[in-house]
Amino acid sequence: MLNEAKIFSKEHEIYIKNIKRKKMLILFTQISILIILFALWEILANLKIIDPFLVSQPSRMIKFLIKLYNNGELFKHIFVTCYETIIGFILGTVIGTIIAIILWWWDFLSQVLEPYLVVLNALPKIALGPIIIFWVGNGKTAIIIIALMISLIVTIISVHSGFKEVDEDKIKLLKTFGASKFQILKYVVLPSSIPTIISALKINVGLSWVGVIVGEFLVAKEGLGFLIIFGGQVAQLDMVMLSIIILSIAAYLMYAFVASLEDKFLGWKN
Amino acid sequence: MVKLKAENISVIYHTLDGETEAIKDFNLEVEEGEFICLVGPSGCGKSTFLNVVAGLIKPSKGKIYIDNEVITKPSNKIGYMFQKDHLFEWRTIYKNIILGLEIQNKLNNENLKKLEYMLDKYGLLSFKNYYPRQLSGGMRQRAALIRTLALNPDILLLDEPLTALDYQTRLAVADDIYKIIKNEGKTVIMVTHDISEAISLSDRVVILSKRPAQIKNILKINFSIKNRTPIKVREAPEFKDYFNIIWKELDIHVE
Repeated sequence: MLNEAKIFSKEHEIYIKNIKRKKMLILFTQISILIILFALWEILANLKIIDPFLVSQPSRMIKFLIKLYNNGELFKHIFVTCYETIIGFILGTVIGTIIAIILWWWDFLSQVLEPYLVVLNALPKIALGPIIIFWVGNGKTAIIIIALMISLIVTIISVHSGFKEVDEDKIKLLKTFGASKFQILKYVVLPSSIPTIISALKINVGLSWVGVIVGEFLVAKEGLGFLIIFGGQVAQLDMVMLSIIILSIAAYLMYAFVASLEDKFLGWKN
Repeated sequence: MVKLKAENISVIYHTLDGETEAIKDFNLEVEEGEFICLVGPSGCGKSTFLNVVAGLIKPSKGKIYIDNEVITKPSNKIGYMFQKDHLFEWRTIYKNIILGLEIQNKLNNENLKKLEYMLDKYGLLSFKNYYPRQLSGGMRQRAALIRTLALNPDILLLDEPLTALDYQTRLAVADDIYKIIKNEGKTVIMVTHDISEAISLSDRVVILSKRPAQIKNILKINFSIKNRTPIKVREAPEFKDYFNIIWKELDIHVE
């Protein structure tokens, strides 16, 4: 019934065509904006209308990119930052979800911890940076922990509240089948919370980047955050701008990956 | 033969503000294969009674017996159907229907074959790989019924299973479900607030008082027509008499 090939009317073909045309137009405009922006930037800098010392310019950024690539540092910096972000992101999500499961399982604990979670959630986690550096030293571990701290509490709170919103009757249904608490978790609570968990993932991607870049500002000797802060210190705006652009691309790719998980796990919605 | 017996059931709900008596001294015997409807004013404790029978709520007083055995926790002899079908949106119809078997670790060939047979007999076989979202309300409710029947319970507890459907679908599904249940020879206790629905389906209608629920009257339903079906009996001459008796007993006023 659903997969049958159908012959559509002329009107329907035009309808489909119009939708496709609109999509193409949107994509074309999006790309054009990018090209025009960079072209204007280059031209205005060449004409000295804007000062390339203050705002850099695309051709200088490309030169710097080639230089970084030639001395082999480009991928090292990108890799370090992505590595820290991905680890922080995964740890934040996994540990946060596990803690949320524990809180769902043990309501007493969740009620006891509630005010503490509220305080931790409100606290700007960056403030803990110096303490973390003092405890684990100057390096990748400190950066990962800062990224983890930023996403952990949000994950716990949002996933746990997702667990609590699961339909009571669905749980009751499983109880009439004689399900154990673990089976209730496995068959209803977790699967019906997948949309919540995925939206937590999407938020965590952004938060992990914040954590890592701030962490690199504080301690790093390598990574994109380091290039940004170092470039600022030595008045190398090419370095700063280029790093920001690479960062944008990396952050976008990671977000796109998480969003593709949504299609994979929520296929039943469409 | 008495299949189910409720003996002196009382249920009290406790909250910080106080306590509410939901059911008081409730006695009922249900014969094997009987279709019983509980009707009563909304909020009178009908659903609470089903929850007690299902072993989901412990009564404050009294006992439930099934085949002369006391029920204290959910039993395999009982299947429960809700107002909503509660099919899991992320599972296909087939995966939904085997849910009970999966939980009880009974996914063997024999049971699966029986399920396949039921799916075929009740017209869902070609939809087994569909998601619930793709089915009509009536088909979803039928799938929910098969999910309940998969565990082969003797007694079905139906908590207003038709209320969520629109009127026309409801008549059709009532007919549908009635046939399936009679076919499988199940004993049924159904809660409803629809008087016509109760008369059209039941062998006996139990009329309940306002909270705390007590039995006001039990009405035996007999029709002069043969081969009764829920749709057919609506035209029987006795139908409106039963309706009037129940309506008066319920003593409903707009307050």
